[in-house]
Amino acid sequence: MKTVEEIKAAIEAAVPGAGVEFVRNPGPAAEHSLRVAPASAVAVATFLRDDADLALDFLSNVSGVDWPDKEIAEKVKVTRTVTKTVDGVEQQMEETVDETRKRIEPGCLEAVYHLYSVAKKHGPLVIRMKTANRSDQVELPSFTPVWRSAEFQEREVFDLYGIIFAGHPDLRRLLMWEGFKDHPMRKDYVEPDDYEYEHVLARAQEHKNRDQRTEIRDQGPGVA
Amino acid sequence: MAVDQNLKIELGKQGVLVTTIQELYNWGRRSSVWPMQFGLACCAIEMIATTMARYDLARFGAEVFRPSPRQADLMIVSGTVTKKMAPQVVRLYNQMAEPRYVIAMGACAISGGPFKQGYNVLKGIDRYIPVDVHIPGCPPRPEALLQAFITLQKKIDGQHLTGPDRPRYLDANAQGEFPVPERGEHDLEPTSNQGVWPVQIQGLRDYGQATAKRLTEN
Repeated sequence: MKTVEEIKAAIEAAVPGAGVEFVRNPGPAAEHSLRVAPASAVAVATFLRDDADLALDFLSNVSGVDWPDKEIAEKVKVTRTVTKTVDGVEQQMEETVDETRKRIEPGCLEAVYHLYSVAKKHGPLVIRMKTANRSDQVELPSFTPVWRSAEFQEREVFDLYGIIFAGHPDLRRLLMWEGFKDHPMRKDYVEPDDYEYEHVLARAQEHKNRDQRTEIRDQGPGVA
Repeated sequence: MAVDQNLKIELGKQGVLVTTIQELYNWGRRSSVWPMQFGLACCAIEMIATTMARYDLARFGAEVFRPSPRQADLMIVSGTVTKKMAPQVVRLYNQMAEPRYVIAMGACAISGGPFKQGYNVLKGIDRYIPVDVHIPGCPPRPEALLQAFITLQKKIDGQHLTGPDRPRYLDANAQGEFPVPERGEHDLEPTSNQGVWPVQIQGLRDYGQATAKRLTEN
C-alpha cells in the first residue's frame, strides 16, 4: 500500500479542497492517520473505496474518542509600565514579569475509521473526523452510504459518545434503551450510584462477631 | 399425625406405604421441576452442558426445558442481567405460574459480577425478584448447578403446606406479582423492589463521604 503521505497527496489530487490533515503517531507503531474535514468526508471516503490503487472496500472498525475541555497553564513574559519612586523622584519604568495564564482548550468528539482492502489485501488506513465541540455542534457525516458495515458501529458511537451522524439511515441507540439521556463513554459521565457496600460491610462485621461466639461455644461450658 | 421414621421403614419392608399429603405433594413437585428455556450470557452455556448427556440434569427430573414461562416452574437466571434486559426478566417471572422458583446462576446474576461498576448491568437480579438459590462462580461448573438444583429440591421438601412458614403461593395475602421496573432517563426506576430486597442502597459516593467524615471525627 502507498504510505499515508502518498494517500494524502492522491486524495488532494482527486478531491479538490479535501482538507486532509496528516496526523503523526509518535509511538513505535507509527500508524499515522489522516484527519478529514467533515464537509468533504463523504467524497474522500468514496474516492478511497473506488480508487483502483487503494480499493479500500472494507470498513473494519469505527471508534469514538472523547476529548474533554483541557485547562492549559502556561508561563508568559509580560512587559508592563510601572511607576516607581527612585531617590525621591517618580519614574516610569518598564518591567518584565513572568505571569501564569490559564486558558481552556475546548474539547471535541472524534470518530476514527479503520479501512482495509480485501481485493488488494492491504490496510489499515486510519481516517478520523472531529466535531466542532462536544455540546451542541456534534454532527459528522455518516459513512454508512459508502460502507454498509458502518451502520451498527455508528449507532454505537452515537449511543455511547453522542456524535450525530448526518445521513445515517437509522440512527437509534444500540446498547442503551430509548429514552436514556446520557452518553456513558464520555469522560464526564456520572454513573448511577446504587451500591449496597455499607450494608455488606455491616454484615461482614456481624459475621466476624458470630465466628467469635462459635469459638467460645466450642470450648464447652466452664471456659470463657 | 407424624409416623415414627423407624416404623415407617419397617412398614415399607412389609409393603405398606405410609406417607402424608405434604410429603407426597412435595415429592411430586420436586421430582418434576421444569426449568424455563432461556439464557442470558456465558452461564447459559454451562446450563446447556448441564442438561446434556455428560452431566444429565434429567436424573433429577428437570430435563423438560419449557420455551414458555406459563409451563415452567423454575427460572435459571443464567448470566449477566443488563439494565435493558431486567424488565423482561421480571415480566417473564410474573408470567410463570405458581409454584415457581428462581436460581441465580453465576457472579453476574447474583451481584453484577465483574460488571458491577458498569453503567448498564443490574447489580443482582434479587433486587427485583425473590431468589431461592444463589450459585457463585464465573461461570459455575455444571456440578455447581446440579448442587444448586439439589439444594432447591431439599428446600421444596422442607416446605409446609400450612402454617406461617408456608410458601408464598399458599398464602392468599402474599404478593404474587412483582413490579416491572421502568427504563428511566439515567437508570431503572425504581432501582430495586424494597419488598423483596430490603437492603438500603447507600451510594458509593455517600459511603466515601461518610467514611471520610468518620475518620476526621476520630
